[in-house]
Amino acid sequence: MNLHEYQARDILRRHGVPVPPGDVASTPAEAQAIAERLGGGGKVVVKAQVHAGGRGKAGGVKVAASATEAAAHAQAILGMVIKGLTVRQVLIAPAVTIASESYVGIIVDRASQRPVLMVSPAGGIDIEEVAAKTPEKIHRLAVDPRYGLLPHQALGLGFALYKDVAQARAAAEIMQKLYAVVYAVGASLAEINPLVTTPDGTVQALDAKIVVDDNELDRRPEIAALRDASAEAPAEVEAREAGLTFIKLDGAVGCCVNGAGLAMATMDLVKYYGGAPANFLDIGGSSNPQKVVSALRIITADPNVKAILFNIFGGITRCDDVANGIVQATRQFPLKVPIVIRLTGTNEREAVQILTQAGFTALTDMDEAVKQAVAQARGKGA
Amino acid sequence: MSVFIDRSTRLVVQGITGRDGSFHAKQMISYGTKVVAGVTPGKGGQLFEGVVPVFNTVAEAVRAAQPNAAVIYVPAAVAASAIFEAADAGIGLIVCITEGIPVLDMTRVLPYVSERGARLLGPNCPGLISPEQSKVGIIPGNICKPGRIGVVSRSGTLTYEIIHQLSSHGFGQSTCVGIGGDPLIGTTFIHCLSAFQADEGTDAIVLIGEIGGTDEQQAAEFVAHGVTKPVIGFIAGQTAPPGRRMGHAGAIISGSSGTAADKMAALERAGISVMKRPADVVPLLRERL
Repeated sequence: MNLHEYQARDILRRHGVPVPPGDVASTPAEAQAIAERLGGGGKVVVKAQVHAGGRGKAGGVKVAASATEAAAHAQAILGMVIKGLTVRQVLIAPAVTIASESYVGIIVDRASQRPVLMVSPAGGIDIEEVAAKTPEKIHRLAVDPRYGLLPHQALGLGFALYKDVAQARAAAEIMQKLYAVVYAVGASLAEINPLVTTPDGTVQALDAKIVVDDNELDRRPEIAALRDASAEAPAEVEAREAGLTFIKLDGAVGCCVNGAGLAMATMDLVKYYGGAPANFLDIGGSSNPQKVVSALRIITADPNVKAILFNIFGGITRCDDVANGIVQATRQFPLKVPIVIRLTGTNEREAVQILTQAGFTALTDMDEAVKQAVAQARGKGA
Repeated sequence: MSVFIDRSTRLVVQGITGRDGSFHAKQMISYGTKVVAGVTPGKGGQLFEGVVPVFNTVAEAVRAAQPNAAVIYVPAAVAASAIFEAADAGIGLIVCITEGIPVLDMTRVLPYVSERGARLLGPNCPGLISPEQSKVGIIPGNICKPGRIGVVSRSGTLTYEIIHQLSSHGFGQSTCVGIGGDPLIGTTFIHCLSAFQADEGTDAIVLIGEIGGTDEQQAAEFVAHGVTKPVIGFIAGQTAPPGRRMGHAGAIISGSSGTAADKMAALERAGISVMKRPADVVPLLRERL
């Protein structure tokens, strides 16, 4: 689960990381009031709060010289669509004069199987380019989770950012606090970019990003409560609430599969036979018929879908559950596009019987089913 | 004639009285797996299905029934604890089926397990099966046939698809291992490749990977230098959206190496025959054997 910048900043602040003040507004009037309170007549920055990178390049980040200008910027940014997501909130923070920009991030790394702290003196919006072109400017440390980030390790990386000992110590302290945040909120990623120094020499976290491991949310209701469903694609919210994993794509073949690996392989096979998948949809393990109904509702809501493809390999998932779900769904809302059903494995025979009685045909071969679905999506009956 | 499990495997089922645990314990028993004990705290002293003794702790089960492998079906909230417990009790092979364990828990579980000399398979995996010898986990036994192909996969149902292709064309399996799809797992491709290479009952290896991470590239590197048996590979996710970015850190740490194209190229460079679709597994095996 992604947190908004303002939420991540609040968490860092609560853990003692120096973060400039700031507050979030959902109307221009609120933005103006916050700017008056925080700006002290000086400049403020108005930043779109949306789960998408490249906000600045999309026009979602603007500097205002006055509170009235902040209100005008908020007016322009609120409602703006960035990478398909509508901006509903803006962060208002005093504009900080920046002397230098660094990067500090912690990610749980698959290869070392540890939290890895990465820092770079070349922070800012081009950090990925820095990593690709000048990897020597990125310093990495795999932290032993049994002992945590040790003070000398943090200070060593602090000196990789700053020559000045006071700044290096300040940065080291921020790194240790960021490491504490990772375990405190169950983050799989926590980063500060940029970590800035101001002309008077103080070190501050200007922007922050935290991604919380979804598997942590059950035991951290206070973090789960930070979820902003309005900031996510509606179909993906509906899918999550139904216990499905759904990602919308641009093709015409709506896919409904059990298991992420098989779902991806099915999408790949759609492409192999000249079609394009409309989505990734994994109905998961023990699928009850209701999940299948939800899945079909989500798939058919996409106007691009010209054919629906079911690919089920029954293991824990029972084919008859899926068949019952298809029959129930089509009673609730008749399908306007053709459906191709492939199922094999647990209770396959029962499933075929259920489907045949309801007037559907079922296939057992994956390649054959995908070929038919691709042909149907092109408007050629197979 | 198999890797990790065989007829001598003695299994303890953690969570044997739960919904998933009891269902799959029955399936494993009827497949022929020697299920010698079960564990559910508070249900010690009971008999599961009238035959398998249930204990309150893994340590008690070890003292009474000498299992050498454990399989875990407990809920995610207590699954990390179940792995710690099995490792503490001296179990050599711990298979964790449970999905949804927080990745930060795994950063503490993995060193604990390896310091005790145990092997963890998973979490979030379908387990493993040595056809007609032993099955530990949830892979449907009826799709597998005994034979000489080793299968190792990050996926669940996609693995079943490929096993099904193999079995229906006369290619039985020595062992099929599902290593699990989580970011942090105990047993990697490399451990399995190394075991299959050493196994006299395995003639060729099928490796099924997917997008994300660099495990497949590391596996390819290992194959290039340490595997003489033919390897056939598949990578799922060629059409998956690149979206789902993990901030800048994800890009910095892995660059473009998580993509299907990069992984397929790495496999090919290592001399692995790469399938374009699951149905290619049989023709490619025929080519290489």
